Order: sequence, then C-alpha cells, then structure tokens
Amino acid sequence: MNRLTYIGIAIAAIFILAAIFAPLIATHDVAAQDLSLRYASSSASHWFGTDALGRDVFSRVVYGARISLEVGITVVFVSSIVGVVIGAIAGFYGGVVDRFLSGYVFNVFLAFPGLLLAISVVAFLGAGLGKLILALCIIGWVGYARVMRGQVLKVREYDFVQAARALGAGNMRILFTHIMPNAVQPLIVQASLGMAGAVISEASLSFLGLGIPPPAPSWGTMIEESRGFDVLYSAPHVFLFPGIAIALTVLAFNFIGDGLREYLDPKQRKR
Amino acid sequence: MKYKLLNFARQLALVLLVVWTVVSLVTLLIEFVPGDPATAILGETATAEQIANFNQKHGLDKPAFFFSYSSENGLTWNGIDNRYADYWIGLFHGDLGRSFKTDQPVLDMILARYPATIKLALAAMLIAIGIAIPLGVLAGSRKNSLIDNLASFIALLGISLPTFVIGPFLVYIFAVQLRWFSPIGSANPEDIVLPAFTLGAALSAILTRMIRSSVIEELGEDYVRTARAKGLNERTVLLKHVLKNGLIPVVTVLGLQLGVLLAGAIITEKIFSWQGLGLLLLEDGIGKRDYRLVQGCVLVISITYILANSLTDFIYRKLDPRIRLS
Repeated sequence: MNRLTYIGIAIAAIFILAAIFAPLIATHDVAAQDLSLRYASSSASHWFGTDALGRDVFSRVVYGARISLEVGITVVFVSSIVGVVIGAIAGFYGGVVDRFLSGYVFNVFLAFPGLLLAISVVAFLGAGLGKLILALCIIGWVGYARVMRGQVLKVREYDFVQAARALGAGNMRILFTHIMPNAVQPLIVQASLGMAGAVISEASLSFLGLGIPPPAPSWGTMIEESRGFDVLYSAPHVFLFPGIAIALTVLAFNFIGDGLREYLDPKQRKR
Repeated sequence: MKYKLLNFARQLALVLLVVWTVVSLVTLLIEFVPGDPATAILGETATAEQIANFNQKHGLDKPAFFFSYSSENGLTWNGIDNRYADYWIGLFHGDLGRSFKTDQPVLDMILARYPATIKLALAAMLIAIGIAIPLGVLAGSRKNSLIDNLASFIALLGISLPTFVIGPFLVYIFAVQLRWFSPIGSANPEDIVLPAFTLGAALSAILTRMIRSSVIEELGEDYVRTARAKGLNERTVLLKHVLKNGLIPVVTVLGLQLGVLLAGAIITEKIFSWQGLGLLLLEDGIGKRDYRLVQGCVLVISITYILANSLTDFIYRKLDPRIRLS
C-alpha cells in the first residue's frame, strides 16, 4: 500500500478515537452557551474559539466526529448488508430475477441523483437522525448491490464453485461459504469510499437544514451557522475548523479506498 | 439493422419504465407526509371547513390510489378518480398542479427558475473543462513528475472537499478578503463566477483524473508510436492524436455529470442565494411545506437527470464503435 493510504489510516484513526473518547477529550459542554464570549478567537481555554452563542468550537468539532462516524458506520453497515444480499441474489440466480433486479430496480434507484433522493425522503418524512440514516441507506445500497452482483457473476463460474456443486452442495451453501468470501474484496473498497460519501451526505443534509437538527453539533450544521458574510469576516475560525474536520475525514477515507483498490487490483498498481 | 432497432426499442422501453416508476414514487411520496398537508399548510388553528375547502381545491379529498388497504375493510377498489391518476392526467397536459401556498401553477414557478440553474450548471461545466484539460494532459504526459503529483493532489482535494466547504472558503478569499466578487446574489454578470467555481470544483477534479489516465493509456498505443516515427513533434502528437482519442470517455462523464450538477446545484444555490430551481425546492418548497411544489421540483430534476444520462449513453455508443459493437 502506498504512503497516502497510511496517512489516510492515521487520520481516520485519530477521528475514530476522538469520536469514541469525545467526553474525555472535549474541554467544554457542547451545548453550554456563554453570550459574553460570542465569536471569541482561539485561546488557552477555547482552543478553536467560540461560536455565535459562545459555545466551544473545539468540543463541538470533537462531538461532530461522533455524529459523522456514527451515521457513516451505520449507513455503510446497513446499506452494505442490504446491497450484498440483493446483489448476490441477482448474480447467483441470474435469468428473470437478475433482469428484474439489475435491469429495473437498480436503474430506478440510480435514476435519482443521490442527494435529491435523500432530500426528497427527508422532505416528506421529516428530519431526524433515524430518517436521515434511512434516506442515506436508500441511496447507498445499490452501489454495493452492483459490485456484489458483478463479483458473484464472475466467481460462480470458477472451478471450485463447480466442484462444490458436483459434490452436492446446495445453493445457500455455495453462495455463503464459497462465493461470498471470494467476492468480498471490492466491497471493502466500496465500503471505504461509501464511508466518505455517507459523511459528506450527512453533513450536506445537515447543512441544508434537513439532517440532524440543532443544537446537535453536526459539522454540516456548524458550517451552515458560520457561512454568513459577517461571520466569515469577523470570525472565520467558526467556519474553518469544522470545514477542516470534514475535509480531513473525507480525504482520509478516500485515501484508504483508493489505496485498497490499488492494493487489491495489481493491474492498477503497475500504472 | 433489425438487431439495432430492437436494441434501441429495448433501451427506450427501459427509460420509459424508469420514468414511470420515478413519477409514481414522487407522486406517492406525498402520502407519507406525517399528519396531512392541509393542516401543515393552514396550521393547527384551521377550521374543519377551511381544511375541507383546501382538500377539495387541490384534489386531496379523493382517494390516493386505485385501491387502498385497511385492516377493517381489507383491499378496496377506489375507482379511477384518484389522486395518482389525476397527477398523471395533469402531467400529460403539462400541468404539475397548483402550489399549496401561492396557488400559482407549479410548472410556471419551475420554468421561471430553471434557466438560472441550467446557466449555473453550464458555467460550472465550462470552468471544469477549462481546468481539467490542460491539467490532465500535463499530468498524463509527464507521469510521476512534480506537476503530475501536484495535479493528482489538487484533484483529490477537489473530490474530497464538499461543496459547502469550498463555497464559503471561496467567499472568504474572493469576497471577504479580496473583495473581487459579491458574496451572494446574481445581480451582476460576474456574480456567476464563485458559484460556478464552487459547483464545478468536484467535476474538474474527476475530469482531471480521467484525462490523466486516458492520456497515459493512449500514449502507450501503437498509433502514437507511428505518429512519433513519422517525425511529428511531441506537441502535435499530444494535441492532435492523443487528446482526440483520450477525450471520448470524457464526453460520457460530462453527460452523466450534467445531471449531477443540476442536482448538486441545490447546495451551491443555497450558499450563494442563487435564484434557481434548487433554492425554489429548498425555500419555497420544503421550507414552506408546499408539497406540491416539492413534487414538481423533484420530478423535473430527476427527469432531466434520466434524460441527460440516456442521451449520453446514446451519444457514447455513436462516438465509439467498440461500445456499439459490444
């Protein structure tokens, strides 16, 4: 794996640790307001300064990691399981089942631009953490399903699968013990890139006011609250730190995804 | 010829099937609104009569679909006079219904704002192409050089930085610090620069990466060796031969990305208060709970997206005979 992958792993590890140990790392209560300290710049007591309500930006960025990663991991977990099962069914059974799933169902979900579909779901169902995760899973699963279908189509023709069938193994046994373990590699890449995508989508929806409602410290909400001309002029730090946090997290998971893809695909490595 | 026609018919059928599903989903989504739209619009204090009038005016007093299910009555047939059928009939007459809030035809509201979004998307695309072609060709023709690494890094940044981080960042530099552009609005012609850069950043990153790997691939082809053996200088080889062939995949990405740009414009329009379709959806639609308007906006954006994708697929097949034959 190349150097950037390791940098990605290191950055991701820092954010994951920050998310897990947020109560220990945060220096202030994330909701504690101090109106006498509005838009204070960095100092010993407020490392990243304070926001419009005098809340500590550092503590909010740390807790923001928790929200982002919580949403990211849940979305990747749920949508990958749904995607893998549906993709495997399409690839393994082929025929009418495959034509219906990959020819029609996949295309319907790909027919909406991802963000628009998520916005529509949240707009009609209402905002909130659960609905946000549901919306992101609805747009996320089809990517895994396509990858899985392609892998299963490839792997099911291999000799060892034919051998298992000749030995009398049933469909479920062939699918779960022979095909799945050999089809899973590209899914790891997809999951890593999916994590970056989910973090961006969560922050985007929160930015649009359709994600996790304030005062929860989502990075998207923090950016939305600080992007006004006056705030950018007088207190750019309020925008800067959550901006850097989200950029680093997404960059880290993209580094990991790209690195893994190169590592798992020798043809790309040679380039 | 017969095979070609059959293939075309199959493609067309798939597109129509997808459009039908998308319209149906958008139409039925309104049924999932918690509570009912009338109370959401008129408020908790509305009288039963006001609510009944509102429902009758917008056809909400009719059943939702051809049949309905309840635990007491089981499956009931509601007849053809229902909201789903109404919406389709309206669509065929170019009618997307009337806004719950302003009572204006939704289609008129959309048509008034769509040109601004299309203008923004096209400007973003132009900027992306303007950045990506020189950067991608330079990076690809000087593989592993300093400029290649720099271009790859810039591209990675462009992909990783979300629009809502790039936008305010550009505002901070060019509007707050340098005062070259105004931070929001679309009053002056130059006001499009920052929104277009913001929207086009990710696309320029994707295109740079594609053109780079495309150029690297093409440089290894036999026809390049032939061109060099003829004595052509490197510049001509690059610009006349390599770029021409290397740009074919770019056309596909551009087509596919036009839809992404139109949808992605929602965030950019919010950042810069750009009066396009995205802002109409967000502020007038979702913000004021005007579900009829939300339906219309979502429908128009998704149909444009589907049509742009299908058209791209078609053009790509025409451009590259290898795809057509396979």
